[in-house]
Amino acid sequence: MRLSWLRFCVPSALAAGLLVSGCGGSEPAPVAQTPPADAKRVDAATAGSVSGRVTFEGPAPENPSARLDSDPACAREHPNGLKLDTILVVNGGLENVFVYVKDGLGNYYFDTPTTPVVLDQKGCNYTPHVFGVRAGQPIEIVNSDATLHNVNAAAKVNQGFNLGQPIQGMKNAKVLTAPEVMVRIKCDVHSWMNAYAGVLTHPYFAVTANGGAFELKDLPPGTYTIEAWHEKLGTQTQSVTLGEKDTKNISFAFKAAHP
Amino acid sequence: VTWLHRYIKVVVASTVLLIAAGGMVTSTDSGLAVPDWPNTYGQFMFSFPLEKMVGGIFYEHGHRMIASTVGFLTIVLAVWTWRADPRRWMRRLGFTALGAVILQGLLGGITVLLLLPAPVSIGHAALAQLFFCLTISLALFTSPGWTRAQAAVDDPTLRRIAAATTVMIYCQILLGATMRHIEAGMAIPDFPLAFGQLLPPVWTAGIAVHFAHRAGAVLVAVAILATAGHVWYHHRARRELARPAILLVLFVLTQVTLGAFVIWSRLQPLVNTAHVVNGALVLATSLVLTLRSYRCRFADLAQSTAAAARAHDQRQALLSRPAAGSPQNI
Repeated sequence: MRLSWLRFCVPSALAAGLLVSGCGGSEPAPVAQTPPADAKRVDAATAGSVSGRVTFEGPAPENPSARLDSDPACAREHPNGLKLDTILVVNGGLENVFVYVKDGLGNYYFDTPTTPVVLDQKGCNYTPHVFGVRAGQPIEIVNSDATLHNVNAAAKVNQGFNLGQPIQGMKNAKVLTAPEVMVRIKCDVHSWMNAYAGVLTHPYFAVTANGGAFELKDLPPGTYTIEAWHEKLGTQTQSVTLGEKDTKNISFAFKAAHP
Repeated sequence: VTWLHRYIKVVVASTVLLIAAGGMVTSTDSGLAVPDWPNTYGQFMFSFPLEKMVGGIFYEHGHRMIASTVGFLTIVLAVWTWRADPRRWMRRLGFTALGAVILQGLLGGITVLLLLPAPVSIGHAALAQLFFCLTISLALFTSPGWTRAQAAVDDPTLRRIAAATTVMIYCQILLGATMRHIEAGMAIPDFPLAFGQLLPPVWTAGIAVHFAHRAGAVLVAVAILATAGHVWYHHRARRELARPAILLVLFVLTQVTLGAFVIWSRLQPLVNTAHVVNGALVLATSLVLTLRSYRCRFADLAQSTAAAARAHDQRQALLSRPAAGSPQNI
C-alpha cells in the first residue's frame, strides 16, 4: 500500500517540479513565418511616405518625480532627482507618441527582422520608454544598473512574462509573437519604471522625437488609418490616401485630459 | 491561562501582521517584484541579502518571510495542540490550520508563477481570512473563558443573526478582494456618491463589483448593528457577548471610515492596507461572538472533553510508566 503510494507520488512530484521549472522557460528564438500564397511585396519604386508632427495644446503639465528613496542604487544615479517622461513636450511637440499604420495594408507581407530591439534598464529607467517591435522579432532586455530589476510584460494578447535580472549586465531575449498595441512592460521593484512596446506585423511605425516629429517611410499606395497612441493622453486616428511615390504630411494635436 | 493559549495568541498576532504585509504587497502593486518562487531572484529565500530588499522586493520578500514564520509557528501550534489538548476535534483543528497555511503558501507561489491571475489571487486572499479565523477559533477554544464551566447563553435568535452576520462579512471581504485583484478599486472614483449620482450611470464589470462592495458594506453594517443591538437588549450583563458586540460596532465604523478614505486618498497603500486589516478584525470579532453564542451547543463536547481528558491522562500515565516488558508499551 505504502509502496504504491510512493510509486504514484514520486513521479507526480517530479512532473510537478519539471512543470514549475518549465515556467521559467528557455530563451525563445525568433519566430519564423512563411508568407501566405496571395501575399504581396512592397514595390520600392512606387512607395511613398507619411510624415508629420504630434503637438501638445496648452501648457505642458509637470511630470511626476520618481520616488528614488526606495532604492539607494537608483538615488545615487540621480542625485538631483528623476522627472518621468510621461508627457514629454519639446518646443510644443509631444514626444514618446507611437504612430503607426493601424489599418489599410491588406495582404502585404513583410519579413520579420532577426536583429533584436534592445530595451535597456539604465539609471533605473527604461530606454527607450516607447518603442515598436515586429511580431516575432526578439527583444533583448539588458540590465545596465547596479541594482536588480524584474521585467514584467503585462500583455493582453501575447504571452506575458516576468523575469528577474538581479545582476548588472544580464541580458535576456524575449519574443512577442502577436500584434498588440501596446504591451506595458514594468518593473515592480521600482514602481516608476514603465516602457511600452507596440507589436506589429509590418514596419510602418515610429515614435515621435525631435519636437514631436515622425515619419512612416516606404508605404505602398493606398488608403490607411494612421493612429497616434500616447500612454496618458489616449489615441487619435486619421485617414490618409497615398498615391504612387506620394508624400503626405499630417499632424495630431493632443491636449491634457483634465485641464 | 495555559501556555498553549498564550502561544496561540502569538500566532494570531503574527497572522494579523501577515495579513497587513500581504495587504501592502497588493496595495503597492509589488506582487511580481520577486519573479520566482520559492527562490528569490534565484537565491534560497532565507539567504537573500537584506540590502537587496529594495522597492517592491521589500514588500513581496518581506511578506514571504513573515509567511514562512507563521508557517513555522503553525507547525508548532499543531504539534503542541496534538500533544497537549485532550479534545480530539481541537487536535484536528490544529492540523487543519497547518493544512490551510501550507495550501496558502502554495497558492501564493502559484499566483506569482502565473503572473497574478485574479482567481488565484482572490483565492489566496480568501484562504488568508479562513486561516485567520482558524487561529482565532483555536485561541478562543483554549481560552479560560471557554474552558471554564459556566452556564452558557442559549439564544437561538442570537445564534442565527450572529452566524449570518459572520457569513455576510466574509462574503463582503471576498467582494473586496475581487475588487482589488481586478483593479477596480477606483472604478467609482467618488464617495459617497457614484459619479455624482446615487447609482452609477454606466456599468462595467469593475464598476459592478465596486458598487456591490459598497452596497455590501451597507448590508453588513446593518447586520452588525442588528446583532449588537440584540446582544445589548438581551444579554448586556454577559460580558463575553457584550464586549465583542461593542468591539464589532467600533470596528465596522472604523471600516466604513477607512473605506471612504481609500477613495479620497486614491488608494494610498497604508490606508488601503488598514482597510484590509480592519476588515479581518471585523470578521474575527464577529466570529468570536458567533462561537460564543454557540457555546451552549458545545456542552456535549464539554462532557466528551472531560472523558477525553481522562483517557488522555491515562494514556500519558501509561506512556510514562517504565517499559517493564509489556509489548503494548512499545
